[in-house]
Amino acid sequence: MATTYDYEEAPATYDEGRHQDLGYDPNFVPDSVKSFVVHLYRHIREKNVYEIHQMYEISFQTLSDRLFKDTPWPSVDAVAHYVDNDQVFCLLYREMWFRHLYARLSPTLKQRIDSWDNYCSLFQVVLHRVVNMQLPNQWLWDMVDEFVYQFQSFCQYRAKMKNKTEQEISLLRQYDQAWNVYGVLNYLQAFVEKSNIIQILKQEKEGLEQFTATDGYDYSGGSNVLKVLGYFSMVGLLRVHCLLGDYQTGLKCLLPIDISQQGVYTSVIGSHIATIYHYGFANLMLRRYVEAIREFNKMLLYIYKTKQYHQKSPQYDQILKKNEQMYALLAICLSLCPQVKLVDETVNSQLREKYGEKMARMQRYDDEAFVIYDELFSYACPKFITPSAPSFEEPLVNYNQDAYRLQLKLFLYEVKQQQLLSGVRTFLKVYSTISLGKLANYMEVDEPTLRTILLTYKHKTHAVDSDGKIISNADVDFYIDDDMIHVVESKAVKRYGDYFLRQIVKLEGVINDMDRIKLE
Amino acid sequence: MVRERETPKQQQQVSYTVEQLVAVNPYNPDILPDLENYVNEQVSSQTYSLDANLCLLRLYQFEPERMSTQIVARILVKALMAMPAPDFSLCLFLIPERVQMEEQFKTLIVLSHYLETGRFRQFWDEAAKNRHIVEAVPGFEQAIQTYAIHVLSLTYQKIPRPVLAEAINIEGLSLDKFLEHQAANSGWILEKGHGRGQLIVLPRNEFNHPELKKSAADSVPLEHITRIFPILG
Repeated sequence: MATTYDYEEAPATYDEGRHQDLGYDPNFVPDSVKSFVVHLYRHIREKNVYEIHQMYEISFQTLSDRLFKDTPWPSVDAVAHYVDNDQVFCLLYREMWFRHLYARLSPTLKQRIDSWDNYCSLFQVVLHRVVNMQLPNQWLWDMVDEFVYQFQSFCQYRAKMKNKTEQEISLLRQYDQAWNVYGVLNYLQAFVEKSNIIQILKQEKEGLEQFTATDGYDYSGGSNVLKVLGYFSMVGLLRVHCLLGDYQTGLKCLLPIDISQQGVYTSVIGSHIATIYHYGFANLMLRRYVEAIREFNKMLLYIYKTKQYHQKSPQYDQILKKNEQMYALLAICLSLCPQVKLVDETVNSQLREKYGEKMARMQRYDDEAFVIYDELFSYACPKFITPSAPSFEEPLVNYNQDAYRLQLKLFLYEVKQQQLLSGVRTFLKVYSTISLGKLANYMEVDEPTLRTILLTYKHKTHAVDSDGKIISNADVDFYIDDDMIHVVESKAVKRYGDYFLRQIVKLEGVINDMDRIKLE
Repeated sequence: MVRERETPKQQQQVSYTVEQLVAVNPYNPDILPDLENYVNEQVSSQTYSLDANLCLLRLYQFEPERMSTQIVARILVKALMAMPAPDFSLCLFLIPERVQMEEQFKTLIVLSHYLETGRFRQFWDEAAKNRHIVEAVPGFEQAIQTYAIHVLSLTYQKIPRPVLAEAINIEGLSLDKFLEHQAANSGWILEKGHGRGQLIVLPRNEFNHPELKKSAADSVPLEHITRIFPILG
């Protein structure tokens, strides 16, 4: 389903001054591009995943840097005849074409709409036809990731109504289905369902299916495209729900993926980071601080150890950005729930360096503290969206900040409710028992108020997990006997079991080595 | 791309079908009336479904002209009743700010605030001033009392009678009856406090009796032991 672009109808030359000045020729195909599409087309037909991946990751980047630094790639119509006018290849090419456009240039409204049309065509082919391709996971992840990103970008764009031109408004009215939230969600949902991925993952646990073991690739002559798109769509759904502010449902969408293990989601660094970032953020908003801290810690440690290998990759900047954002979120979590022993030494020292001072100020819970909570949250949060269509009747306003402002406001409200807890914590760390009267005195409140503060402490540090169980986030805990507070010491428990296991295995290894020497 | 929805079968099966809809076809504007009916059903039959209610709030987000503030208020009251779960906040995340500024929602947010910060006396006072909101949902009082007892059970081994009374808003003879019932069925023990009246001993759990906390750190999962089976021979 090829739609024509405005500028393709124009005979483009370099120095023609038009209303839509192109400055390049979309029909000019350099030899290197011709060679690129011919080879890529062949590799796809031959299901040579390794070569496809090389071309997709490296060649496309190199050519973009060299020839298309600030212009789009040649139009699909110009390259189509080099690839037998293959419909599917053309859709894939256009997907890359638009992604390049979004990354290097600013898409016009018409281009945004055309990109939506392309995704619809491409997805319908995958969903309704038997597609005999194997594509690299990186590409399949990028498709889902970019799809959600362009949706987010469109909502942000559409919400800035104030300076829209007449033409833009009429286009928006006319193409009201483009990037419609129902469409986006239903495509992702369709991938999950049609691929049967949830069943596959369940059966894999019982040893009846192979999916993770082959990284999602199909070694029995079939295609990995639908299955892997279905898999990555679960992460896509988590992301969209976070953008809408529905954290509970987002986490539910991710549930079939076991993030305590490696999986196809870790096969692509971008997907790994996106999964953990949104998982952690959703848990933060659900007040499951310990869970968020654990996952951020693991992810940040992983990035620290492996980021050098991604320096040349096109995703490097994104990796670094998400890394910084997760440190900010970790700082927030640890200020609300000081459990430093959950954090690895390496991560902790990085955290101290970036946010040590700010964390100290956040835990003082004065006016300045709220400014810092605001700052870190605003820096690290997802780009929340308002999914509904704009009203064209009212005076045109910009409402693109509304969603973000609501989430920020509710988050700071929660922080405020926890304001008095850090004071309690300080005292509990010092005493093993203390009467309510005495503590009330020290904290300069009356006894009934102290009782409510202690109840708040208990309530806020005991979260409800996904199974409805109560889990304690508290680093220091207590119980009250009539009017006496008894502080519970949490001793660091020595893990003898693990220690012995490791030593047994080590000793066995040493004995085996020694045996080997004797035989020689 | 809107998927076709399954048509609900008989009237008695409506709730079963709604849960199915939410699980299978949630991003569908046609199910909005079913979800609204389901909210009313939850209210009248004293049941609760967070997923269905979040689904409805999302649809309201997608099509704000179809939002019914009455339904939203009911969802929020039901969410309050689900405490200590954070359902109330989860719902607020999906309700536009200008809607939250309306009087009835401001009241509900204040009520939530009191419950979140253990201010039960203020909560019951405010609830009494807004009977029309809270009495619209049967089971509200009992649900909040259950929550109050939950928080108290996390906190107290032994609690003075007046503190308990204030938290659950029961006094005098009614409180006596209530305590008898709890003693008979939930393991509460009534003691004489030193000169200050009754002391209620709450059931032991790992939160008010730390020695009961199962030390997960000490136990070793079976999978780890299997690593050394070859060595043990």
